Amino acid sequence: MTEGITFYAIFFAAIFTNNILLTNYLGMCSFLAVSREVKTSVGLGMAVIFVMAVTSALNWLAYRYILVPLDLVYLRYIIFIVIIAAFVQLIEMIIERVSDSLYASLGIFLPLITVNCAILGVSLFMIIRDYHFLSSFFYGLGSGIGWALAIVAMAGIRQKMTRSRVPKGLAGAGITLIIAGIMALAFMGFSGMIKIS
Amino acid sequence: METFKIKRIFSDNLGRNNPVFAQVLGICSTLAVTNVMKNTVVMCVGLIFVTGLSSLTVSLMREYIPSRIRMMVETLIIASYVIIVDIVLKAYLPDVSRQLGPYVGLIITNCIIMGRAEAFALSNPPGLSFLDGVVSGLGYSYVLLVIAFFRELLGSGSIWGFRVLGAWWTNWSIMVMAPGAFFMLAIFIWIVKGSLIKEEGGNNK
Repeated sequence: MTEGITFYAIFFAAIFTNNILLTNYLGMCSFLAVSREVKTSVGLGMAVIFVMAVTSALNWLAYRYILVPLDLVYLRYIIFIVIIAAFVQLIEMIIERVSDSLYASLGIFLPLITVNCAILGVSLFMIIRDYHFLSSFFYGLGSGIGWALAIVAMAGIRQKMTRSRVPKGLAGAGITLIIAGIMALAFMGFSGMIKIS
Repeated sequence: METFKIKRIFSDNLGRNNPVFAQVLGICSTLAVTNVMKNTVVMCVGLIFVTGLSSLTVSLMREYIPSRIRMMVETLIIASYVIIVDIVLKAYLPDVSRQLGPYVGLIITNCIIMGRAEAFALSNPPGLSFLDGVVSGLGYSYVLLVIAFFRELLGSGSIWGFRVLGAWWTNWSIMVMAPGAFFMLAIFIWIVKGSLIKEEGGNNK
């Protein structure tokens, strides 16, 4: 890692300039599917923030202390996906026991998260970019917040849009993608503020 | 029966039920790798390889996979094939592999593969499943190639790395960046869906 980039720079860059959804296109599937209502997208956003932050830290530890010493780096995809799936399952069971209201609001989103490519993407990016432990954690946290921000903003726009007339062929995925494009343009305004490679 | 099924596989995956524009699956990589055609082709070949073989494997094992943990088993099968693709790319095409970066690994979470395994391979014999996987990979690939063609042409004035538009052409740099990808895919979906709707309207009359 180059000098001078500290974890808080990475944190803010992950939210604004290198937003995982709008510049790296990750997590589009659930973004398109679950962004109809603000309430549900807040729930999913929260779950993503939490899972992303923790799994990026866990995966970093597994990579650094298990895969690298054993020279099994090429197995990282399998290990990462298993860790993510196991963690999500564990959290689901814990939430189910501990709090009913939390389970009702968050629980249904957890299975969706295992197949959210953004989670795996964050782990792969942090390995490629050679982050330290703390940087990885904050990168995961920031990416989660950035993703949540994008999906909540999109849900807000889509709720208003139910009253407007969209061309038939564009309704659904098409118009959502155009809005995402405009949002990506807006987020490009942040670029230059902070730079991470 | 058999030929009918094979026909269905082709018409569904390439047309009406195309994974990209009809089911809107696998969008992440659709957007991410389409800025240059060369990367797109490599990505498509990798994806066809993985969908075909993972559908085949899931179908071969479908009677032995306990249904409670089938998602996990499918993911592991897919991940093993993705690792093969990754290693081969690193060895023979190191440049492309570096440019694609994490997106090769992200084939694992590409919902198309999982979708085909769940929807088709679990309930069909191996031969058909393999064909279905390959064809849905093709359905995904041609959409990507169309998008990549326009993005590279408009964004860098070139096709497959060769400059085709003269010096008079000002590159639309927005096309190779994120917003261009979103707009291109939206326009593609618009055109295809629009024509499908028109077709249906014509049939109803």
